[in-house]
Amino acid sequence: MSTTETTAEHPHGIWEPPSPVRRLQLLHSAQSIAIVGASDKPQRASHFVATYLLSSSSYRVHFINPRLDEILGQPVYPSLADLPEVPDIVDVFRRPGDVPGIVDEAAEVGAQTVWMQLGIRNPEAAQLARDRGMEAVQDRCVKIEHARFHGGLNLAGFNTGVISAKRQRLDG
Amino acid sequence: MSDRQFGFRTRALHAGTVPDAVHGTRAVPIHQSTSFVFKDTDDAANLFALQKYGSIYSRIGNPTVNALEERLASLEGGIGAVATASGMSAEFLVFAALCGTGDHIVASSKLYGGTVTQLDVTLRRFGIETTFVDTTDPEAFRAALQENTKVVYTETVANPSSDVADLRGLADVAHEHGVPLVVDSTLTTPYLLRPIEHGADIVVHSVTKFLGGHGTTLGGVVVEAGTFPWDNGKFPSMTEPVPSYGNLSWWGNFGEYGFLTKLRSEQLRDVGPSLSAQAAFQLMQGIETLPQRMGEHVANAQRVAAWLEADERISYVNYAGLASHPDHARAQEVLPLGAGSVFSFGVAGGREVGARFIESLQLASHLANVGDVRTLILHPGSTTHQQLTEEQMDAAGIPEDLIRISVGLEDVEDILWDLDQALDAALAATAVESDGEQGEQAEQSEEAR
Repeated sequence: MSTTETTAEHPHGIWEPPSPVRRLQLLHSAQSIAIVGASDKPQRASHFVATYLLSSSSYRVHFINPRLDEILGQPVYPSLADLPEVPDIVDVFRRPGDVPGIVDEAAEVGAQTVWMQLGIRNPEAAQLARDRGMEAVQDRCVKIEHARFHGGLNLAGFNTGVISAKRQRLDG
Repeated sequence: MSDRQFGFRTRALHAGTVPDAVHGTRAVPIHQSTSFVFKDTDDAANLFALQKYGSIYSRIGNPTVNALEERLASLEGGIGAVATASGMSAEFLVFAALCGTGDHIVASSKLYGGTVTQLDVTLRRFGIETTFVDTTDPEAFRAALQENTKVVYTETVANPSSDVADLRGLADVAHEHGVPLVVDSTLTTPYLLRPIEHGADIVVHSVTKFLGGHGTTLGGVVVEAGTFPWDNGKFPSMTEPVPSYGNLSWWGNFGEYGFLTKLRSEQLRDVGPSLSAQAAFQLMQGIETLPQRMGEHVANAQRVAAWLEADERISYVNYAGLASHPDHARAQEVLPLGAGSVFSFGVAGGREVGARFIESLQLASHLANVGDVRTLILHPGSTTHQQLTEEQMDAAGIPEDLIRISVGLEDVEDILWDLDQALDAALAATAVESDGEQGEQAEQSEEAR
């Protein structure tokens, strides 16, 4: 999401945190997600997201971690450039300071969205992503946002913010 | 879908009840089942490890109860909610989640009697001490804080003194100490006051009362704002590994969703005061008309309070909606739609006349509840607060002659008629008794002669 005003420095406008509707659009338009900084330790947040996405969504899920070979029975790739396909969403589980480098990598492979997980904030990196023509999300969990719009988050008693008389949309 | 911010009335009807994908059921279905079938063993393992969302067992979560939870979270402006079997169990889960032996709570002394005894007797027996503060002044709460204080607790509008809490002031005091402000907003409901907007971190309700509204069903709820920094060092159970869930950390894995996840997956699991699907359904029927009912409740209450205050048979009225109440200015500021419909008054002539007054009422029901569609009346000193000592009664602002009323939705003229005829009857009975006594004395004098 960004303002419509563009400048030479920011040809795609100034980055703003995407609204719920825009986040939903980003999730709907994606078919593949690469988890950067994926862990094989079951108690880590990235493992929760990986398990959720593999079991409760239709996304093709890929893992990036140069120090691991396999997570949840799937191969792990050292970098985004090594993936067998271009990931639509690059889901970042790394320190905020590492995000600008990941934005560069994501832009080089042609990803659509750089998504910083819950607790990870780097507005400058989000702006870098905008400037490279990508969308950017920060401090949001892909698992929670997917479950917000496709059923699931409500089953944990959380406020999805969804008000609609249409039938629940499912995925996966 | 759009970015529209829907209004309170709309959310009271729609929040939490997106029609299901298979049947499109419009009203919320009653999922009358203890347990839910897993898709396969992986699904079961992932659900138990909290790695994915879904229903397992109705003690921890049930889709009908979840719908109620989301609706109340939406109305309060919270991140989520956990429903419980009653308001008392909602409070208990919060205290149990945040406090252990050696910890301390600072609470207003003007609380519902059951809350006072939960803190003063049961939790004290578990080694959790509570200091009760007999004023709404935040500085008095600050003075009561200790190094081991984990919670600051208050009701929005005290029952039955009608004192209005200084929520912003209490939130500042609590936050400067690194602890949450927990608020019981039962008597105000999110229609009249949303404590999170005034700085509260956790809101608890007896949903039994105005939210359910019809006096049919017990229930409670805990709503959290989702903004408290649970990693501030005061709450190690939020950040330390949880062995029963594969050493995850409530804060580390779930962030702002961590507290309610702990409350559900650990406290509700271990303590077990779950709300049933039937009860959740009944309570949701009530919540759908909360805005309309509360508007009528406060309009009737304001009329009744003003009528009582103007009547010479009444010795006092404690209602923050009246200019005579010490907290009237604060009520106008934080409760612009009305100060609720539960308040108290005294009948001139004292405790006995008050008792006869209650017995002479035809329309108002003499019982121990508030927030029914019907007008309810009670003498706290002999019922809800009878377990309190005299000092606790004083601190709670409850004189012996005090009568509590929960003004209902009858025609207000009928409520006033009932109060009027009961006052006449109570005073007439008093007059007859006095005459009788004088007569007896006269007869005795005759005999003596």
